[in-house]
Amino acid sequence: MMAALIFVVSLVTLLMFFVSYCRSLMASSARHTLSREVRDVTGIPASASSRDFVRVIQLMRLCPERPQDRTGLQAVGLYYDILGLIEKTVARVLPALNMWTEQERAGCANFAVVLLDRRIAFSREIIAQQGEF
Amino acid sequence: MPGSVASLIWYLGTALELAFVVCSIARKSFLRYFFLNLYFLLAVGSSVGRHLILSSFGQSSDQYRYAYFYTDALLTLALYVALISLFSDVLGEFRFGKYVRLSAVLLLLGTAVFSYGVIAQSTERLSTKFAYELSQNLYFVGLVLTYLLWGTVVKLRETRARLVQFILALGLYFSAYAASYALVNLASKYAVINLMGPILGCLLPLSWTITIWRYSEEARLVPAQLVAVPR
Repeated sequence: MMAALIFVVSLVTLLMFFVSYCRSLMASSARHTLSREVRDVTGIPASASSRDFVRVIQLMRLCPERPQDRTGLQAVGLYYDILGLIEKTVARVLPALNMWTEQERAGCANFAVVLLDRRIAFSREIIAQQGEF
Repeated sequence: MPGSVASLIWYLGTALELAFVVCSIARKSFLRYFFLNLYFLLAVGSSVGRHLILSSFGQSSDQYRYAYFYTDALLTLALYVALISLFSDVLGEFRFGKYVRLSAVLLLLGTAVFSYGVIAQSTERLSTKFAYELSQNLYFVGLVLTYLLWGTVVKLRETRARLVQFILALGLYFSAYAASYALVNLASKYAVINLMGPILGCLLPLSWTITIWRYSEEARLVPAQLVAVPR
């Protein structure tokens, strides 16, 4: 009984720290100004909507990967999936929760757009370096 | 000897602990996060020591059991000190450092006295039981303190990216460790559950290494975006 209680409480704190961890990853890219290229490629003028996430991820797969972004993207991707699950289940009966998940998923999409922007810049650097040889 | 998967996780964890120290030296942050580095250096030292004792005396020997529990208690103590150093960092600007250190020592003494009180009736291997009990209780105190520290970070609108991510990774580690500990008690017959503790042990050095490598000391966050529900 005690072990089950500890398990539930620790799962709740784990989820809370996970949400905050993902938000801190997203907050670290909040001050990034999007380049014109990424705005043209994605068709996103200033900020992304929740539905843009999957499309941006597909675009990211076309660019060379930056190793330093991998874990952050995996964590935020998992957060996006969890939010999607909440949206399809609990949020259907709670409109306030539905609005919150929508905002959070849009935040995930914005984070992905910033990473795409960095990947495009990284690709340019690689091409420029190859041009030097 | 532990199985090949368990050994692999052990070596991976040790390599990641060493990686944190190397990265923090490379990023010129060794002294800035001295107690975090000290914890990982002690962890690497413990791993080497345990491995030597294991290969000389075997897993079921008294020597290995003593080495395991004493080094575990020492590491938990080092992690507690690392956590207090993060507390001092967050509250540093308010000149609360002296009070934080005093409270930390009192809390540690209280935990030690409580642990002694729990095992005082036992007659066999009092010191080993004390080391085990102290370690378990300090983990619990660590979880509560990390939760408090996170509350302080949010309240003070902390912006230092490295510090925030160190604290969040520590919170994730303590929560996941407590969950795995409870799960072992609930369903220890499944071998995979017994591997969860060592796997989680790798996550703390991994996330801290990524943090120290990715963010500079000057990197800042937008504090309003840290809270899940805007105030």
